[in-house]
Amino acid sequence: MDLYLPVANLSVNALVIVLLGGGVGFLSGMFGVGGGFLTTPLLIFYGIPPTVAAASAATQVTGASVSGVMAHLERDGVDLRMGAVLVAGGLLGSLIGAGLFELLTAWGQIDTVISILYVALLGTVGTFMGREAWGSFRAAQAGLPAPARKRRHHPMVANLPLRWRFYRSGLYISPLAPLLLGMVGGVLTMLLGVGGGFIMVPAMLYLLGMGTQVVVGTSLFQILFVTIATTMVHALTTGAVDIVLAALLLLGSVVGAQFGARFAQKARPEYLRLALAAIVLLVALQMAAGLFIRPDEIYSVQ
Amino acid sequence: MTRFAALILWLAALSLPVGAAEAADPRLVPDVSSRAIDIQYSFTGEELLLFGAILYPGQRLPDDRADIVVVLKGPVRPIVLREKRRVAGIWVNASSIRLRTSPGFYAIGSSRPIDKLVDERTAAIFELGLANLSMSPTEFSEATKLERFEAGLTDLYRRLGLFYENPAAVEITEGVLYRARIPVPARVPVGTYRAETFLISRGRVLAVASRDVQIRKAGFERFVALAAERHGFLYGLTAVILSLLLGYAASAIFRRR
Repeated sequence: MDLYLPVANLSVNALVIVLLGGGVGFLSGMFGVGGGFLTTPLLIFYGIPPTVAAASAATQVTGASVSGVMAHLERDGVDLRMGAVLVAGGLLGSLIGAGLFELLTAWGQIDTVISILYVALLGTVGTFMGREAWGSFRAAQAGLPAPARKRRHHPMVANLPLRWRFYRSGLYISPLAPLLLGMVGGVLTMLLGVGGGFIMVPAMLYLLGMGTQVVVGTSLFQILFVTIATTMVHALTTGAVDIVLAALLLLGSVVGAQFGARFAQKARPEYLRLALAAIVLLVALQMAAGLFIRPDEIYSVQ
Repeated sequence: MTRFAALILWLAALSLPVGAAEAADPRLVPDVSSRAIDIQYSFTGEELLLFGAILYPGQRLPDDRADIVVVLKGPVRPIVLREKRRVAGIWVNASSIRLRTSPGFYAIGSSRPIDKLVDERTAAIFELGLANLSMSPTEFSEATKLERFEAGLTDLYRRLGLFYENPAAVEITEGVLYRARIPVPARVPVGTYRAETFLISRGRVLAVASRDVQIRKAGFERFVALAAERHGFLYGLTAVILSLLLGYAASAIFRRR
């Protein structure tokens, strides 16, 4: 079923896009991530212009995170104070990201920068996640309890001036740390069309030292607001949000996410984390291949 | 096809009283199958039929065979064309040129290969053929670089279906009626297109005639594209609300089950 995308200026197979959204939604429901890091590369691979792909993927992540945020709010799993600071940073970050976007586009290096960021971020996160998941996988197989992790924030964070109490996270730290973290998340959301959950969650755990019970909820809370902000910024600057594309992706992903969440309740968490690490590394490899292997198109028009 | 038939009848009626009194040069009466192409939700491209008649003075067919070339050209716009090169192991955009008048679409069809019809100079003057498009580069760097870039652009656009060349596209019936089909792909830029017809004989362009064709988004697609362009804030807000609603609806529906 062919459908014309009015902003991307090309026609796509609607069914393929809905299925793509469904697949990503399934994974995102299963792992509790937004899934933007999969949507954007897959859309680019399908032939959607990179800017439109990033902008529309951000819109899709908004929809994918709504139900998660609501569920976590009901369970009191969101540190609202921490969330507010992160969102504030995220808003700043998305504006900075918009500036960077324009600069890099004029310079002609936006695609390369996007690819390098993907490879660096996904490669690092995937390796860490894989190592940790492998450890707990082995431990679970041997019948041992998973090694307990010490919860402590990074010394760099402790050195920042000004301290606030974040009760739900069990922290007494400078708000500048989450503000900066949120800012990085905002820049990445703007450039890559990712929610940033795959960076925020480890950063909140290992850099800030937040309690695990509020990490996912707070990260989703931040993602929800920052993707809303980036959709707005994209709509006002690049004009690259394709509402038809976003709607197709959403249609698939919101349904897929529900099935994914159900599946996750049955599966063993060690397996899930290992699988997620594998997927993240695969995407990183695919992106790296695009950088190092001679591309199909040597010339591009702007 | 009914329009095609109607044209023939009309021409037959028209050409009778004119007679031999007119000037000696032949005239072209061109038309297109549709004056406007609307891009809507299921648009996957279209085929445009360029057709018409050659009116010879005195209705006498010349002894030499005349040829027809049709060109469909989209709006020109300034572009930056970038070239990737391997730098430190990574493929990056390494150099670029600016072209001020690059057509977003160019299709040429003829009854014989262009190089058999006219000499290079004439082809260049009338911009006949992909190699003869004048794209007005802003800086006059080395000619080899410009040539390489233009070849790259032509190759890219040809594969996208935005540049098209077919030396057998034009069919001439009885020496007076001609027709050619030009494929228009889904990713064409919108704007005013010009459909030009050239009558060529013995290396000379005897007559030129043109028609405008509008390619535009229509209906919902037009509304969305305009909204995205002119009302960014409302458009973004709509996208956000849509995604919030869809996300909420899905979780609400699934929770009830």
